[in-house]
Amino acid sequence: MNTTTDIGHFLERDYSAGFVSNIDADTLPPGLNEDVIRLISAKKGEPEFMLAWRLEAYRHWLKMTPPEWAHVHYPAVDFQDIVYYSAPKSQSDGPKSLDEVDPELLATFEKLGIPLHERAALAGVAAEAGPGVAVDAVFDSVSVGTTFKKKLAEHGVIFCSFSEAVQDHPELVKKYLGSVVPSADNFYAALNAAVFTDGSFVYIPPGVRCPMELSTYFRINAAKTGQFERTLIVADVGSHVSYLEGCTAPMRDENQLHAAVVELVALDDAQIKYSTVQNWYPGDAQGRGGIYNFVTKRGDCRGRNAKISWTQVETGSAITWKYPSCVLTGDGSVGEFYSVALTNNYQQADTGTKMIHIGKNTRSTIISKGISAGRGSNAYRGLVKVLRGAHGARNYTQCDSLLIGSRCGAHTFPYIEVQEPTATVEHEATTSRIGEDQLFYCRQRGIGEEDAVSMIVNGFCKEVFKELPMEFAVEVQRLLGVSLEGSVG
Amino acid sequence: MPVMLEIKGLRVAVDGKEILRGLDLSIGAGEVHAVMGPNGSGKSTLANVIAGRDGYQVLGGSVSYRGQDLLALAPEDRARAGVFLGFQYPVEIPGLSTAVFLRAAVNARRKHRGEEELDAMDFLVMVKGRMKELGIREDFLQRAINEGFSGGEKKRAEIFQMALLEPELVLLDEIDSGLDIDALRVVSEGINRLRAPDRAMLLVTHYRRLLDYVPPDRIHVLSEGLIVRSGGPELAGELEQSGYGWLRAEAASA
Repeated sequence: MNTTTDIGHFLERDYSAGFVSNIDADTLPPGLNEDVIRLISAKKGEPEFMLAWRLEAYRHWLKMTPPEWAHVHYPAVDFQDIVYYSAPKSQSDGPKSLDEVDPELLATFEKLGIPLHERAALAGVAAEAGPGVAVDAVFDSVSVGTTFKKKLAEHGVIFCSFSEAVQDHPELVKKYLGSVVPSADNFYAALNAAVFTDGSFVYIPPGVRCPMELSTYFRINAAKTGQFERTLIVADVGSHVSYLEGCTAPMRDENQLHAAVVELVALDDAQIKYSTVQNWYPGDAQGRGGIYNFVTKRGDCRGRNAKISWTQVETGSAITWKYPSCVLTGDGSVGEFYSVALTNNYQQADTGTKMIHIGKNTRSTIISKGISAGRGSNAYRGLVKVLRGAHGARNYTQCDSLLIGSRCGAHTFPYIEVQEPTATVEHEATTSRIGEDQLFYCRQRGIGEEDAVSMIVNGFCKEVFKELPMEFAVEVQRLLGVSLEGSVG
Repeated sequence: MPVMLEIKGLRVAVDGKEILRGLDLSIGAGEVHAVMGPNGSGKSTLANVIAGRDGYQVLGGSVSYRGQDLLALAPEDRARAGVFLGFQYPVEIPGLSTAVFLRAAVNARRKHRGEEELDAMDFLVMVKGRMKELGIREDFLQRAINEGFSGGEKKRAEIFQMALLEPELVLLDEIDSGLDIDALRVVSEGINRLRAPDRAMLLVTHYRRLLDYVPPDRIHVLSEGLIVRSGGPELAGELEQSGYGWLRAEAASA
């Protein structure tokens, strides 16, 4: 396969996405208080209910303390030393047509390979190959543009920035916001609820299979800012949608905080496939800088036979801390989690999932592949919880670790809580290592070291890669190869 | 007869300790040589240094392969140029399918020789035919490399890879270790089938048994990092009679 895709460009390491864009921005001074929140809400022109929701979350947050139970170490974050809003000045009057967007902004996304202009298909892929991918591009605190909105609207599909959704579809937002991740859920969710700036909103009406893949691309630019995006996807009865998110940030010596919240709601017979290729700046080879990726993602299979699948490839961030989860409320509902998490150099990851079985005959599948290289530290933390009455619940968990070299770490923290005697829960785990011996064996057969590592890692991850939308499967293999450069010895 | 491998005054240390102390060896195309000797004599070191494994410090001397300075090449380049090492302990690589691995290796060799690389289909056809010859089990290709193989299966797999890659210089590091009579016979047939006028082989072994099945043209006895005796195939019988002990005595008095 040698088709190149736009996402492929931004996935290139050497961290080619590490540049900073020279954009005139409207930036608040660092610090957080009620005025900052009111300002954010005002800039977004939000209705009263939204501001009230934010303030309530903020007051909750003030009473909470940052959690410290994860298997990650970092200096305490000074929440007053973060800028909570930064948006390109040219976007201050709200969404506009692409001709009115600051050319420097357009150039940024062009450089990253993100198609802001609607094209029949992703660049490099033949036009006949597919209907294209709709993109919502978010730059620091605002969405810069969303493609294919008209075409999607013809099918009744709403795909727009969260800010727009609050204004144009407040009833929908009000109905579902916070219903999967309430503000008081955890420290970072509360913070996000108070200060979130933008993200994507998706609504698929009953019976509709969304005609194209939807994606959001997040780009952090301004220094000292935190990015707090909020995404809400609602799949109404019998609908299907496949969504992909990607992200990058400039190379900086200071860490930046990314605390997002994603809520998914699937009603009867609906399916949501949510894929993430995370390539935030991981810090340099000495562990300086890099994004803190502290995210709460949760899907509620609210209806009967609803299905939610999370597929993630996490290669970036200095610290990754997230557990995309499924609450299997509806009878017959299905939750899936496929993950590849890579830590190289001094990266740390504590990631996994929670599958909560509530309805009858629910099923969950967890396939987690952790790759540790350099001095990376990788922890899988998973919870399989089967409540009493979740008759016939089934879970299968497979948790594999691959260690590259001899200075990295892999840890597993599986939690299994079963209160229902008719449940079946299976857990398998393996640990293997790529050492000098394996590499020399490959080299002695004419296979270069980098190709050897790449082949071994791809073999290790193939169960997860095959869950990715086709366009991204190829690029992800390339991303892994580049992310693992210099990982042995 | 063109010289395939020419080693002159090779001195090699491992962790600062000198193992090979000025070794000379010359192997011509079409020839099969054996290197025998007690443990610690440097037999495996010799094979590994020629293949280019890390962890060996070359202190002096030269290794030339078809007139080329072999020590200047990275291991994968030596392999592509036709050097093959049959490992004493072939490693397992979980997750990497044998089919993917073999195809990459075959194509690396073909590319080096200016031949067209094989696509998945053509490769499968080619490989399955060869598998039958060596009695390799059907599921071999889908399994991860060497995963779950018995000692005998691993050694047979090494010979199988050798058959696929068509190397010009073959180094077999104790290919007979861990094999029962039947396995030894199958492996030996495989080796003999690969003898060719443009191929040179170096068999590193402890015991004469292998050499009964794969008769060498020359036998060299290695002791404390130097070849102390070379001779024809009958040398194997002599060694079996008297052991390696007298060699050290001979070397000491020389």
